[in-house]
Amino acid sequence: MESSELIPHLFRTEFRKITAVLGKQFGIGHLDLAEDIASETFLSAMENWSYNGLPANPVAWLYTVAKNKAKNRIAREQLLNEKIVPELKYTATSTEEIEIDLSQKNSTDSQLQMLFAICHPSIPKEAQVGLSLRILCGFGIGEIANAFLTNKETITKRLYRARERLREEKIPIEFPSEKEISQRLDTVLTTLYLLFSEGYYSQNGDSFLKKDLCMEAIRLTTMLVENPLTNRPVVNALLALMYFQTSRMEARINASGDMILYDDQDTGLWDYELISKGGYFLNQAATGETISKYHLEAAIAYWHTIKEDSKEKWESLLMLFDQLLEIDYSPMAALNRIYVLSKVKGKEAALEELKKLNETGNPFFHTLLGELYSGIDYDQSIDHFQKAYSLVHTDAEKRNLSRKMELLGR
Amino acid sequence: MDQYALIMRHEDGGKIASPEQMEIWMKQTMDWIGSIAAKNKFVGGTGLPFDGARVVKHNGIVTNGPFGEIKETIGGFITVKADSIEEAVEFAKGCPVLQGEGNSVEVRRIAQSDGTH
Repeated sequence: MESSELIPHLFRTEFRKITAVLGKQFGIGHLDLAEDIASETFLSAMENWSYNGLPANPVAWLYTVAKNKAKNRIAREQLLNEKIVPELKYTATSTEEIEIDLSQKNSTDSQLQMLFAICHPSIPKEAQVGLSLRILCGFGIGEIANAFLTNKETITKRLYRARERLREEKIPIEFPSEKEISQRLDTVLTTLYLLFSEGYYSQNGDSFLKKDLCMEAIRLTTMLVENPLTNRPVVNALLALMYFQTSRMEARINASGDMILYDDQDTGLWDYELISKGGYFLNQAATGETISKYHLEAAIAYWHTIKEDSKEKWESLLMLFDQLLEIDYSPMAALNRIYVLSKVKGKEAALEELKKLNETGNPFFHTLLGELYSGIDYDQSIDHFQKAYSLVHTDAEKRNLSRKMELLGR
Repeated sequence: MDQYALIMRHEDGGKIASPEQMEIWMKQTMDWIGSIAAKNKFVGGTGLPFDGARVVKHNGIVTNGPFGEIKETIGGFITVKADSIEEAVEFAKGCPVLQGEGNSVEVRRIAQSDGTH
């Protein structure tokens, strides 16, 4: 038996390359065909390698099989349905002339172009994230369903509709023009940001899946940074944000899946290599003239990797939150700002401002009120923690709040 | 020492499995076979792809798969050497397809033709 080691995630890695290259070649209307051929290729590998051991060059084996399967399928489609032929992007008249280019360059370009096609403004956001996970990350339907905490049927339908939409809109798989690129890049970054958040903030207890999602978002954003056309300050800012956040991932959740609050996190579990990568890309991001929300969020995330309390830290954070709320208001950011404000100006001042926000349906609003009232007004504090308790859904969140109330009782 | 065929019956997981899942299954099968080979008792084996399968009936009628109950479809087999049916059964117990509910591994002695038995 061959004893050479299998590269981890080889199938997933090669799935996205093969699917992107074949998808680009077949055209946007035939993405499912590209996915099928890639899947069948790994099925063949599983049926062969399991019993015979790994081939000398696994990747070359996969590409040969994928190419043959693609050629056979094209020939079969040609025989079965002449109508499909004009839609296919190849112009060769016989299958011998079809060239399938799985070189590094074409595979990277195809993946980036596919990213722009999938993240087209005409496709709903959720579907963009789902399709990206399927085609650009090589996830299965079950894995995507897990990530979204939903069932396989919902995801299958969502992906089907998204593919139909791409087909109807005849979205080309290509780099946008120089004129369009900033706007199109915005949509792509929003999707990557959502993909990352799905992993980082999701209530899903599967910590491997969460980490995988974050690493996939990082990988796709890195592809954008590595291409001169898309290596822009805003992309570097997003990548910095992702690295800073991921660096604290292990420390955020304990063995039983509970969130560990920032103040209680074991800094020994922080990944300092990722923090320094974040620092590198934040520097790269500082070259442009515009400050995006990713710049501000990355800078906020940077300060969170500095555990020591200092006047400078909280004042910088307050300024960053002020700027962030100006360009991209969100209730969560507003509430986070108030927490920072309490560190800079004290609890009383923060309470004043917090009361102006009318977020009574938001559990974090009540949690924050509970925190700020602690040491000032016991009854108010307990009351708000209880309100928060009634609004949260997960056991982990409930346990967290119970613990806070217990601490108050002392 | 007799030879036994370990015949795996399972659902066609390949069509629905993610690339990652296929890789995991493959790795598990390689480890399973590796553990038998380490005892020098592995003879050979193969997967039997589900797609394009046909069944030929006695009256010459040819049908497509799947054949009978989905979970009873043969997905592959390996041949091992074993001192007894019990030892062959022990090998079968390690087969990763048994993780799937309803899946099974059938253990069958291979008929010898050299007259040594």
